[in-house]
Amino acid sequence: MKDSAAKRIFITILGWLVALLLAFPIIWMVMTSFKTETDAISTPPLFVWHPTVASYAEVQERANYFSFALNSILISVGGSLLALAFSVPAAYAMAFHPTPRTRSTLLWMLSTKMLPPVGVLVPIYLLFSSLNILDTRGGLIIVYALMNLPIVVWMLFTFFKEVPREILEAGRMDGAGVWNEMRYLLMPLTLPGIASTGLLSLILCWNEAFWSLNLTSSAAAPLTTFIASFSSPEGLFFAKLSAASTIAVAPILIFGWLSQRQLVRGMTFGAVK
Amino acid sequence: MSSASATSVAVPPRSDTSRTPSMMPLLAPAVGVLLIWSIVPLVMTVWFSFKNYNLMDPTVSGWAGIDNYSYLITDPDFWVSLLNTLVLVGSVLVITVVGGTLLAVLFDQNFPGQGVARLLAIAPFFVMPTVAALIWKNLMMHPIYGVLGSVARGLGMTPIDWFADYPMVSVIIIVSWEWLPFALLILLTAVQSLDREQLEAARMDGAGAFAQFFYITLPHLRRAISVVVMIETIFLLTIFAEIFVTTAGGPGNATTNLAFLIYARALLQFDVGGASAGGIVAILLANIVAFFLVRSVARNLEV
Repeated sequence: MKDSAAKRIFITILGWLVALLLAFPIIWMVMTSFKTETDAISTPPLFVWHPTVASYAEVQERANYFSFALNSILISVGGSLLALAFSVPAAYAMAFHPTPRTRSTLLWMLSTKMLPPVGVLVPIYLLFSSLNILDTRGGLIIVYALMNLPIVVWMLFTFFKEVPREILEAGRMDGAGVWNEMRYLLMPLTLPGIASTGLLSLILCWNEAFWSLNLTSSAAAPLTTFIASFSSPEGLFFAKLSAASTIAVAPILIFGWLSQRQLVRGMTFGAVK
Repeated sequence: MSSASATSVAVPPRSDTSRTPSMMPLLAPAVGVLLIWSIVPLVMTVWFSFKNYNLMDPTVSGWAGIDNYSYLITDPDFWVSLLNTLVLVGSVLVITVVGGTLLAVLFDQNFPGQGVARLLAIAPFFVMPTVAALIWKNLMMHPIYGVLGSVARGLGMTPIDWFADYPMVSVIIIVSWEWLPFALLILLTAVQSLDREQLEAARMDGAGAFAQFFYITLPHLRRAISVVVMIETIFLLTIFAEIFVTTAGGPGNATTNLAFLIYARALLQFDVGGASAGGIVAILLANIVAFFLVRSVARNLEV
């Protein structure tokens, strides 16, 4: 009894210590974003200070922050919707009307995800350049949709497989065709799965930083690229960097927390349950 | 609710729809675009890798044969970048898998506020790479203004100038911080599917905590660990943003991995042929891992 109480206290302390240590850079970033530049680089670091939102205002003034944020939103939402538009029919076909080739189709789709982006950087860059879609939102939307397509198809497939067959059979008995079956039976039943798949895709698009850094510079640059502009050594603006980073991270952190279960499923292709 | 409303909807009979319609129109668009996406750039990379092609110098043209490859493998920078890639991938894998396993066991325990603590612990995975890298580089690791420097001074030690003295270690720390929560999340899911009665039985038989971990938990996690290793490897082989915003591959070539080398060849030196040859090497490396990953997933796939 005594032993288990001591163990419980030990585990509580250890668990919280680990959690706070891992989250510390994020917590510190949020704290720094509410400091003045002078307070931000004070040594030793300030744990008590006079909070200010001045940095948030300055970030917007200096760099038109919202145009980058808008790019991030449009590109992530656009890329995710485009991926869903291609994936929902495909996942439907494979989950509800499997053929002998379905298995190999799914595995082939997974294998395309294994192509490292850097291996095809040169041709994609040249194609974009000759099509004049470098630094355009449309270009990045296409890349993000294709990049996430295999993950999205897989996640939808696993969700669709969970729809009880009896309901579909009943629909067929009543004479529902493919389209009616989709519209009146599948959509309502699978909407939660489609929504969480879209959410995961949104997170992956929002945080993507290989294609965005290489294919955009200003006009279509999302937040990943904007934050990278703080890497120049002449601009050691800790508070502004923190403020810009905090708004860039906050929405996706909340989405991420909400969708952690689906994330496991999506990113492991159902291999871990 | 949704099933009730679905069954009550009057569905008009459709005589013109066949009972076993072809699924090709539904499947074809996705397969088609993926086919184009996976084959066209790949073929172009192979093609360019055998060409003399410089974006800034039109006099460089014609077939190069295997010159791009022979130039690549005689270039010391290439071998350094390959070694750096392997060091980065290997170190991060060891840190995240060992750390992730221990943390998964820890967060599987019941303790007050466990839910909130777990949310805090997985948060770094959702931070975009450029933010993660810059926050670490400036707010944490800056020798004068960074938190780590202040901690070192507080303990009476000299602050470390991380990116000047230990550039690769610094990158490894940042990338591990991003991926440890991923490993934790996957492995925690696996730990939670462990049969509790088995652990109980082992305890009855007098197995201690360590014996339980090594003889029951760890074997149970083997499959999840292999999945974590493979997925992380795919992503870690082409780590780019973290290096791009912190060290730009330097100092010298100390943190140039294969991804950064290819980027520098293509978009800084405009050497399309050389960069493409490097790209082929990256693809081959990834394929070795991908082969095992796809096989492992296939084993679990029910169609």
